[in-house]
Amino acid sequence: MISAGIVTVSYIAATILFILALGGLSSQETARRGNWYGITGMTIALLATIFGVVTQNYTTLMVALLIGGSIGIVLARRIQMTQMPELVASLHSLVGLAAVTVGFANFMHPGVHLEGVELTIHGIETYLGVLIGAITFSGSIIAFGKLSGRIGGKPLMLPMRHWLNLALLLGAIWFGREFVLQSAAGGGMDALIIMTVIALLFGIHMVMAIGGAGMPVVVSMLNSYSGWAAAATGFMLGNDLLIVTGALVGSSGAILSYIMCRAMNRKFIAVIAGGFGTGGGTLVADSAELQGEVVPISAVDVAALLKDAKEVMIIPGYGMAVARAQHTVNEITKVLRAKKINVRFGIHPVAGRMPGHMNVLLAEARVPYDIVFEMDEINDDFPDVDVSVVIGANDIVNPSALDEPNSPIAGMPVLECWKGKSTIVLKRSMATGYAGVQNPLFFKENTQMLFGDAKETLDEVLKAL
Amino acid sequence: MKIGVPRENHDGERRVATTPDVASQLIKLGYSVAVEKGAGTAASYSDAAYEEAGCEILSSARDIWKQSDIILKVRGPDKKEAGRLRADQTLISFLWPAQNPKLLQQLTATGATVLAMDSVPRISRAQKMDALSSMANIAGYRAVVEAAQHFGRFFTGQITAAGKVPPAKVLVIGAGVAGLAAIGAAKSMGAIVRAFDTRPEVKEQVESMDAEFLMLDFDDEDGSGEGGYAKIMSEEFIKAEMALFAEQAKEVDIIITTALIPGKPAPRLITADMVRSMKDGSVIVDLAAEQGGNCELTQPDKVVQTDGVSIIGYTDLPSRLAAQASQLYATNLRHMLTDMTPGKDGQIVVDMEDEAIRGATVCKDGETTWPPPAPKLSAAPPQAVSAPVPEVVEEKPSVSGPIIAMALAGLALLGLGAVAPPSFMAHFTVFVLSCFIGYMVIWNVSPALHTPLMSVTNAISSIIVIGALLQVSVANETIMWIAAFTILITSINIAGGFAVTYRMLDMFRK
Repeated sequence: MISAGIVTVSYIAATILFILALGGLSSQETARRGNWYGITGMTIALLATIFGVVTQNYTTLMVALLIGGSIGIVLARRIQMTQMPELVASLHSLVGLAAVTVGFANFMHPGVHLEGVELTIHGIETYLGVLIGAITFSGSIIAFGKLSGRIGGKPLMLPMRHWLNLALLLGAIWFGREFVLQSAAGGGMDALIIMTVIALLFGIHMVMAIGGAGMPVVVSMLNSYSGWAAAATGFMLGNDLLIVTGALVGSSGAILSYIMCRAMNRKFIAVIAGGFGTGGGTLVADSAELQGEVVPISAVDVAALLKDAKEVMIIPGYGMAVARAQHTVNEITKVLRAKKINVRFGIHPVAGRMPGHMNVLLAEARVPYDIVFEMDEINDDFPDVDVSVVIGANDIVNPSALDEPNSPIAGMPVLECWKGKSTIVLKRSMATGYAGVQNPLFFKENTQMLFGDAKETLDEVLKAL
Repeated sequence: MKIGVPRENHDGERRVATTPDVASQLIKLGYSVAVEKGAGTAASYSDAAYEEAGCEILSSARDIWKQSDIILKVRGPDKKEAGRLRADQTLISFLWPAQNPKLLQQLTATGATVLAMDSVPRISRAQKMDALSSMANIAGYRAVVEAAQHFGRFFTGQITAAGKVPPAKVLVIGAGVAGLAAIGAAKSMGAIVRAFDTRPEVKEQVESMDAEFLMLDFDDEDGSGEGGYAKIMSEEFIKAEMALFAEQAKEVDIIITTALIPGKPAPRLITADMVRSMKDGSVIVDLAAEQGGNCELTQPDKVVQTDGVSIIGYTDLPSRLAAQASQLYATNLRHMLTDMTPGKDGQIVVDMEDEAIRGATVCKDGETTWPPPAPKLSAAPPQAVSAPVPEVVEEKPSVSGPIIAMALAGLALLGLGAVAPPSFMAHFTVFVLSCFIGYMVIWNVSPALHTPLMSVTNAISSIIVIGALLQVSVANETIMWIAAFTILITSINIAGGFAVTYRMLDMFRK
């Protein structure tokens, strides 16, 4: 057994290490060190708790730790990089579930006896921890289902869904009051269970109503919730380490959600309220400029075009992830760079289904990260670009976001590839993107379309190079 | 329906309106094709080749005109040919209706449908049938070839054992299709190429071909007229322009002029004085010879030698590259016929709603339909129609908003502080401070690392395992098992989160 003082010091060390871990992610060079800080912090915290607080049942504890740890490592090794969003969502659900179980266990066996205001506050803390945990859990499960394609990506639009949400919220508050009142008298289990069910339903309904394009926001929002759940649990247990970590994770996820919303030019509430991707009222497809001819191009011609170019910009989207074309993209990049052609990548913040999704895929394919740029860094360079290659992206290169005030995506910053000399769009079909908006880019004179599966068509292009 | 291609009977015309290749594609559209004997000979397409492609060879022009429903020609019909045209026939050829009003009258009177390839509007959709561009391209190339033939030196610079050869300097005036083709040809032969045009927007095109664009030191007056053609410039501009040419004439070896203004005589750009100032052996190729010439001394269809300078005024440059010209012209015609045969059944449909077809049709059903209504689109990049810039409403940071929010937050905190016990307040302090630290730290995270950020935060939020660790020692069996389960799932998360972050970060490399 180590003393309570040492445990506290260890927790402080863990806290600092966690902050350093997040700080390390500010650049690729320091990121790996940051991850090690995180691992060290977690190890210190676990050791201090196991040897400082736990008094018995070590075997159960170690077995659970080992089994869980092995599952985790195997998962992390086996996972395809294209499946990262699913993995992240499923990990979020586990944090949510843990918050629920810890909350219930704590309620069933409080440990310390509390009275008066302290008891009320403790009740509220328990209640909040379970509530947020349950929403995170069910929401993440649905997000996982949607991301892995087990549940359709289309937003589910129940009639009167806003009222339904309000009713669920009021129900949660009402049972929360009941729970606090009853727990003072020693009861409250029923209220807690009912509330958990309500929270689970709320989480399901919330994520079901969000379409594919809103997924980056949902994933980062659930990330945030898992943090708040941990913080609430920390309050409940009176443990500062949990509070700090939860607050860090919570604000991290919140900032990510904010960045994603800004990249879509949507209010956070609007994304969460759902329905993005159903087109809304005004149909832009009527406007005259959208009636044009789409010029298809063959893979061989694309290769020729690329060979003659000096500046090439590649704009990947979710389609590249679906087709797992990132390795072929890297091969093409290598060939072009060997020919002294300047190849760069332009990444839109909401490209893919998760913040940073495209960066991870390109990194997996070993595309050097110093030729991968953010939208803001390269958007002004398009007039100098000879060929832009759009791989499975749609809404993020839609000019109507800028010049069509009625468009559902109006005001969303987009990659302005049409300002370059020519654009090649790789697409499976002429279907609209997740926002359900037709894309005038495809009809522009300097745009040519290469139809087909991105992987197959790019393989052909590579062969022709 | 039957397509007939008579032999061109204009003096010196070597082109033919279809080639064996194109004819076989026309047959695929459902037409039958008849070619007059010897029609392609001058352009090196033998009758045998046409026969092989599935064409019928007819021995006389009369039979062609008699049997065919559609007549394809290069030059417009002469009087005799026009007399053969019947009301049920369609004729497609160059026509120049503005220059040949009498011919147009005569054609209208026959009641036939006549399409002029020179009147195809300059819209993007109709580019594939723009025979003027095809011919201009050939003329530009051929102009360089003609210049090379009359120029007694190399185009490219060389340093040989026998001494140094300076590269030829070529000035191209007018950077339209012909001008650009000339630039390309001269450049690829190794000459130093300069180009001038009144339309500033072609500067980029000229420079893209590695030629030097000569700028006038003049207030920017835009010479772009309707349909991407040039317009007449102001007097001062012309003065400045002439000064530039006079200066260049002393320096360059070859001048190729392609300056034309639609419906006007060609502008006089090279005066006799300038020609005199040129070096002996220099060459001028005047592509505007037919419209009066850009050079004062040009004589149409002739090569003139004055003051040691050869001035080439050929008006049949495309015809001098007959095989190539025929192939491109025939393909333009085929594109037009493809558009006019929507059913691919060999039945021609003259759709007067189609802007391209409407523009080319000069007479139909006994009525003159020329000139067509003005085309809606310009081939030049539209300047005025730039996308309306979305109004950026710069939201002024409102002062009252944050103050109200802060006041409310302050009140809430006060309320909390009034009732909450000190132990809670201590934790609360930690919580609020941590939120701020998180806020500060996360904004520095590089967007490329957002996914690793999520997986690492995921791993550390599993610190919730501490709650379960506290509970696992409890005597109550149920709680112990719940806690064990929680430890299991959170440790999946811890190990999985860190490991996958490690894997991802390992992939990021320079």
